[in-house]
Amino acid sequence: MIIEFVIPALLTIITASTPLVFAAIGEIVVEKSGVLNLGVEGMMIVGAVGAFAVTVKTGDPYIGVIAGAFSGLLLSFIFGFLTLYLYSNQVATGLALTIFGVGFSALLGHEFVGQTINSLPKLNPSFLSDIPGLGPLVFAQDFMVYLSVLMTILVTWFLMRSRWGLVLRAVGENHDAAHSIGFSVTLIRLLAVLFGGAMAGLGGAYLSLAHTPLWVENMSAGRGWIALALVVFASWRPWRAFFGAYLFGGITIIQLYAQGFGVDVPSQILSMLPYLVTIIVLVMISRDDFRIRISAPACLGKSFHPYG
Amino acid sequence: MKLSSILTSLAISAVSVLFLSAATISQADPLKVGFVYVGPIGDHGWSYEHNEGRLAVEKKFGGKVKTTYVEKVPEGADAQRVINKLASTGHNLIFTTSFGYMNPTLKVAKKHPKVHFEHATGFKRDKNVSTYSGRFYEGRHVAGLIAGKMTKSNVIGYVASFPIPEVIRGINAVSIAARSVNPEVKIKVVWVSTWFDPGKEADAAKTLIDQGADIIMQHTDSPAPVQVAEKRGVWALGQASDMTAFGPKAHLTAIIDNWAPYYISRTQAVLDGTWKSGDTWGGFKSGMVLMAPYNKAIPKEVVAMAEKARIGIIDGSVHAFTGPIKDQSGKIVIPAGKVASDGMLAGMNFYVQGVEGKIPQ
Amino acid sequence: MVFKLEPRAVSSRVMIYQSPIIAVFLTLLAGMVMFRLMGTDPLQALEAFFIEPISTMDGIAELLVKAAPLILIAIGLSIGFQANVWNIGAEGQLTIGALFGGSLALVFYELETPFLIPAMLLAGTFGGMVWAAIPALLKTRFNTNEILTSLMLTYVALLILSYLIHGPLRDPDGFNFPESRLFHNSALMPVLVEGTRLHIGILIALGVAIFAWLFIFKHMIGFQIRVVGLAPAAASFAGFKQKKLIWLALVISGGTAGLAGVIEVAGPIGQIVPVISPGYGFTAIIVAFLGRLHPIGVIFSGLLMALTYLGGDSAQITMNLPNAVTGVFQGMLLFFLLASDVLIRYRIKIR
Repeated sequence: MIIEFVIPALLTIITASTPLVFAAIGEIVVEKSGVLNLGVEGMMIVGAVGAFAVTVKTGDPYIGVIAGAFSGLLLSFIFGFLTLYLYSNQVATGLALTIFGVGFSALLGHEFVGQTINSLPKLNPSFLSDIPGLGPLVFAQDFMVYLSVLMTILVTWFLMRSRWGLVLRAVGENHDAAHSIGFSVTLIRLLAVLFGGAMAGLGGAYLSLAHTPLWVENMSAGRGWIALALVVFASWRPWRAFFGAYLFGGITIIQLYAQGFGVDVPSQILSMLPYLVTIIVLVMISRDDFRIRISAPACLGKSFHPYG
Repeated sequence: MKLSSILTSLAISAVSVLFLSAATISQADPLKVGFVYVGPIGDHGWSYEHNEGRLAVEKKFGGKVKTTYVEKVPEGADAQRVINKLASTGHNLIFTTSFGYMNPTLKVAKKHPKVHFEHATGFKRDKNVSTYSGRFYEGRHVAGLIAGKMTKSNVIGYVASFPIPEVIRGINAVSIAARSVNPEVKIKVVWVSTWFDPGKEADAAKTLIDQGADIIMQHTDSPAPVQVAEKRGVWALGQASDMTAFGPKAHLTAIIDNWAPYYISRTQAVLDGTWKSGDTWGGFKSGMVLMAPYNKAIPKEVVAMAEKARIGIIDGSVHAFTGPIKDQSGKIVIPAGKVASDGMLAGMNFYVQGVEGKIPQ
Repeated sequence: MVFKLEPRAVSSRVMIYQSPIIAVFLTLLAGMVMFRLMGTDPLQALEAFFIEPISTMDGIAELLVKAAPLILIAIGLSIGFQANVWNIGAEGQLTIGALFGGSLALVFYELETPFLIPAMLLAGTFGGMVWAAIPALLKTRFNTNEILTSLMLTYVALLILSYLIHGPLRDPDGFNFPESRLFHNSALMPVLVEGTRLHIGILIALGVAIFAWLFIFKHMIGFQIRVVGLAPAAASFAGFKQKKLIWLALVISGGTAGLAGVIEVAGPIGQIVPVISPGYGFTAIIVAFLGRLHPIGVIFSGLLMALTYLGGDSAQITMNLPNAVTGVFQGMLLFFLLASDVLIRYRIKIR
């Protein structure tokens, strides 16, 4: 029973959650530096089309992954330039970035509709993946699943343990202080924004190369928004975001399973579950209000004017 | 380009704009045909197929017609504005291709009595508003026969969008046909509450395969479920267009929406001045519904059976809803020897035997 | 030649009004380059975008119909944003408002009374408030971040609409299709200009804008909201009740969103349908900031935003440009508009 149902369900959950992990982890770094980029959906969809287009042209999904990250990065540069160098409002610019990105991806992707590619291969070291049950779950994913775990570890280490992570957090907490001791607030934030763009691009690449290896317009279907919510859910902590992505992805899949098993609840009500559970879990973990308050970057969403 | 020349051209533009609007009206116009799509034409599904129909019209009539389309038109307040805009910019034949455009189309049609309107999948008509739709359940019947023969696990997985009669009719048609050749068959339905979200459609297909389905059918728009079937080594039946490319091994056949013949004939009717309001519910016979090429892996006798059914539907000897048909509770809803009326089909709101679960409402 | 931004000693009052004009001018230039690159006639494309949509009475009416919900929601949101309350779930509040008000029209389906519309408007506003009260309660009671709760509740609201419209609210004579009955005349917004869809919704939006202006700039609570936004520490020092302001900010923005929702179903739509809003709740966030969180500014930015949608229609119809171009162009326009505000506080120096 366990092996028959739980393992396949977990496999589906991993695929559904991985794009959210990338985008959310990237956005955590952005927000920790004090920048609120609501354009995740736009960067994701451009990452998806960039990854797919390059994979079609080169035939190599690994080059496609890099292209996806790069596409997301390029789009985030627009955001970074406008908000950091021209001090435009971050919330509105992020939303405009999504409008722009959805249109731009449709324009770029026009000739790729209906094309097929070799999807991102699953790593398959047979001596490990033959272990019944756990084998395929732990050892036979595509490399991006492992990358998503690795990035979570790296970002956690970076933010909490590294010197530059400390600087980045300082910039997000009090940009004037960080500036006065000689750090370039704007440059650090730009790098954070570009990293977030690349990560959202990777999330998009995962959609168009692994989750559903195809290109169709609007294929990210709102996942960027979920990733944004997960950052808040995680109170800006990478591992919590990872957990949140799996919780959200997990409930989404479980409700599909429940339907298949014939649970007698209208499907629309079941479809609400991922959203409701996320809210309820957040309510439970945020009752300790001191911890939440210290984790939200104090300068989040505020422009930094170096001249005062 | 220098700044000064840009400025000059801007100044010229301001002037030319004033004349432009006057100039465009006075041409000897070809027939302008407008199309309103609910999705992007890049969805590779519903809107894509309507656009293929539009392209067929352009190809057929060449310079005699000029077609226009507006894509991604939301079904709320915007629809009426877009349809009205088409009607008031000289479009004399307008196809509105989603159910949610029904009342907006009727409202605009009242304001533009000389313009011909064609609304897909609705049930309200007017002097200048026709309705049309496909009898896709005929395709589902053929698909169901093949599925019933090909399944080993006797579970057909169905990725469904919203509980509307069109979708429920398709599910029932598959159940009836599959069970007619294999009484053990069960249909498992998973509702994804969207027409279009490749990721979610794929997840639903995986779920169904995990729960024992070895045939995946869908009433959503993206080819993602077919891809999943290919990867998992089960069969799949495509929706709206030939999806063989997305699953060369898995793709048994697909039910194709083929709007071209209808769009061409209605355009011809307007050109000839013979257009009349009416209701067209076209199936195999009129070519509005087609089957994609059968997978080579389907045994010859199964193909022969499928083809026999298809031809039978065309000549009227076969109907997808032929009694006796029982609903889930075992009550006879269509008595022996009778076929379902079009009215019953149009508003179908119950599951027949063999479908698991309840309609979510 | 190097461009450098140099801060102004005082913000430029002239630029407050000039910078949007500069932005539009830059967009026109960039648009010309873009359309030229795409092989279409740039002048014709720009004409299709900005002039053709409002060259008829019908076009102007449609502009106002489209702008009304955007303005309404954006006004409510801008009050919240000033108090640093991030309600990004206006789309959900709009949906619930439409359901509350619309259900009233269906319950009193055969009632012919002039009181029905006011009652529906109140019910819709109330519905939006109720939906926004959830994030307010969770925020004040459990310290739960309203960005997440309001956004997640949007999806829940859309699913509630989907459930109701595929079941209980369905038109009994509608062959089980997902739409409600058509509202009777007494449940429809009165039309202002015969032959168009222009209804009194735009007047309501303008009225709410004036009211909001009075509230923010002439009322003590409005003052408190502004102080909280600018200097939270000072606000708590002055003894302003943070919780009360959070409630107020969310309930006001939820109320205007709900009002916008019922205005849509009782106005241009005329029934409850599965898709009520094409994302007004999200677009209104941009409108709020484009209007610099000022009620009068929001009126202009709402009109401009509405124009870009109408322009998108006519670019597709007259120029055969794909919808994607609309998105790209709209994004570009927004980028320029948002960026040009820099000129209020900075001047460009060329070295």
